[in-house]
Amino acid sequence: MRSIQTLLAFAVLACGWMAPGFADTTLLNVSYDPTRELYEDFNRAFAEHWRQETGEDVTVRMSHGGSGKQARAVIDGLAADVVTLALSADIDAIAEHGDAVPADWQTKLPNDSAPYTSTIVFLVRKGNPEGIRDWDDLVREGIEVITPNPKTSGGARWNYLAAWAFADEAYGGDAGKSRDFLARLYRNVPVLDTGARGSTTTFVQRGIGDVLLAWENEAFLAIEELGPDKFEIVVPSVSIVAQPTVAVAEANARRNGTFEVARAYLEYLYSPVGQALAAKHYYRPVSPEAAAPEDLARFPDIKLVTVAEKFGSWAKVQASEFADGGAFDQIFASRR
Amino acid sequence: MSDTPLTAKAPFPPAVIAATTHETPGVRHALTAVALTYLALFLLLPLVMVFAEALRGGLAAYLSALTEPDAVSAIELTLLVAAISVPANMLFGLAAAWAIAKHDFRGKTVLTTLIDLPFSVSPVIAGLIYVLLFGLHGFLGPWLREHDVEIVFAVPGIVLATVFVTLPFVARELIPLMQEQGTADEEAALSLGASGFQTFLRVTLPNVRWALLYGVLLCNARAMGEFGAVSVVSGHIRGYTNTLPLHVEVLYNEYNFVAAFAVASLLASLAIVTLIAKSFLQWWYGDALASGPKR
Repeated sequence: MRSIQTLLAFAVLACGWMAPGFADTTLLNVSYDPTRELYEDFNRAFAEHWRQETGEDVTVRMSHGGSGKQARAVIDGLAADVVTLALSADIDAIAEHGDAVPADWQTKLPNDSAPYTSTIVFLVRKGNPEGIRDWDDLVREGIEVITPNPKTSGGARWNYLAAWAFADEAYGGDAGKSRDFLARLYRNVPVLDTGARGSTTTFVQRGIGDVLLAWENEAFLAIEELGPDKFEIVVPSVSIVAQPTVAVAEANARRNGTFEVARAYLEYLYSPVGQALAAKHYYRPVSPEAAAPEDLARFPDIKLVTVAEKFGSWAKVQASEFADGGAFDQIFASRR
Repeated sequence: MSDTPLTAKAPFPPAVIAATTHETPGVRHALTAVALTYLALFLLLPLVMVFAEALRGGLAAYLSALTEPDAVSAIELTLLVAAISVPANMLFGLAAAWAIAKHDFRGKTVLTTLIDLPFSVSPVIAGLIYVLLFGLHGFLGPWLREHDVEIVFAVPGIVLATVFVTLPFVARELIPLMQEQGTADEEAALSLGASGFQTFLRVTLPNVRWALLYGVLLCNARAMGEFGAVSVVSGHIRGYTNTLPLHVEVLYNEYNFVAAFAVASLLASLAIVTLIAKSFLQWWYGDALASGPKR
C-alpha cells in the first residue's frame, strides 16, 4: 500500500533529520521568561569566546517559561545542561527532586550563584492616571493589579515578597496586618498569568489593569519595545533584591559530555563581557565596574531589602508562603 | 436502500422546510443577516486581522519571519509530526472502523467509547499523561534514562501527544458510513472467492475512500494546529522542539508581533485550505454516492 511506503519513507527521513543535532557541541539553557533578550546576546558572545579559547563550535539552545514551570520540566526530564532560573528556590526544587543539580549548587559560583540581580518596580500607563506612587496605592478600591501566579512564576514570588516587605515596615512587623495587606492586594488582581512575560503582554498588549508589578528589567524592556509614550515606571518606597540564580545541571551535562563547556558558560556570565551585557539588558550586574556607565545610570535608586535580612531564607519563605496550603493559597482562597 | 448521506444532519430537503414555515420574507432575511453578521464578526474578522497584522511590516518582513531558522525548524517539525501521526491514525482508524462496523466481537462498545476518549479529555491532560508515563519520575522514565531514550521534551513525545489528540478523527468519520453500508458487498465478494484482504482492498476501501480522505484532512488540520498537549511535552526548546503553534506563542511573547502573526497566517492558510478541500469533498462525495455506482 502506498501509505505504508510513505510512512516508512517519512520515518527514515525523520531519523536522518534528527541525527545532525548531535554533531556540534550543544548546550541547553533552561531559563525563565524575561531573560530571552539577554541570553540571545550572551549566547552569541559566548560562542565567539569559546571558539577563540578552544576552536570548538558551540550552539546554545534556549527554553523559556515561568520559572517554577521550567524547574518542573527539568525535574520531569527536560535535559538542561544549565538552568538560569528566577530564584534559588526553583533550583533547590530541582536538587530536591532528583539528581540533575547537586544539593550544594549555590556554593559553586560567586555571589550565591547569582551573576546579576534585579528588583521589582511598577509599570503604569503614561501620565500615571491612577496616581500610583507606592505599595499602599495598590490595595485601593478599584485598582487593577497585574502580577503572575506565584505558584508557577519566580517573578511573581518576588512581587509577593516585595509587597510583604513594604507591609512589614508599614505595620511595624505586625504579621496579621501584613497578611491582610497582601490579601487585599491579591483581591485587586484580575488575571494570574503563569509567567512574568505573560503578565507583561496582558498589561501592555491586551490593555488590562492599572499597574503591572514587574521585574525592573522587564519594565524597562516593555518601554523600550513598545514605546516610552505609552508607559512609565513608578519606583516604590521599598523593594526587594531579586536574585536570579544559575547552576550547571551536572548530571545531565556529564551524560551529554558538556560539563566543561556548561561550567565555562556560566562562569562567563561573571566576566566583564557577561556583566556588561547584563547591564545592557537592564539587569543590575554584581560587578558594576565592567558595565557601561550610561547603562548603570538608568537604574533608579530604591531602598532595597534582601530575603535573608527580612525573612530568613528562601527555603523558609518557600515552605511558609508558596507551598501547597501555604499563606498564598489561603490568601487566594479568601478572594472568593 | 436509501441514499442517506454520511451524517444525517438534514432530515428534510430544504423545500419541505420552506413549505412548513410561515415567516414573512422579512423575518427570514433578518435571520439570515444575523447569521451572516455573526459569522463575519467571529470568524471572518479575526482571520482578516491575522493577515492584516502579518503584513503590517510589509511583504519583506513577512517573508523573513517565515524563513528565519527558528521558523523553518518549526515548520519542519510540524510537517514531520503530521507526517507520522496522520498516516498512523489513518491506519488505526481504518482498522478500528472495519472491526467495529463489519464484525461483532466482545468489548466492541468499549473500543467505540475508547476511540472517543481523546475528544472528551482536555489536551493538557493528554500531554500530562505522557509526562507521567515517560517523564524522569514517571512509570517508564528511569528505564528510558538508563537506555538513553528521549521521549518527553523531545520529538517522540510531541508525536505521541499529537497521535493521541488526533486519534478519533478518521475512525469517527468511517464508522457511521461503514455501518450504513452494511456487509452485503463484502459477503458477495467473499462468496465469489475473494480473500479477506482482497475484499478489504477492493470492496471496503473504495466504498469509503472519500470519507477516509475527509477524516484525514480533519486529522491533519488538528495535528498541525494542536497547542495544549504539545505544549506540555515540548519543553519549548527554540529551533528544536517548537512546533508552529508554539512558535507563534514564543514570538508573541518576544514582542515580535509581525512575525507572530506571519507564522499564525501560515496556520490560518492551512485552515482555509482544509475548509475548501472539505467543502469540495462534501459536494463531490455526496454526488458520487447519489449516482450510486456500486449499488
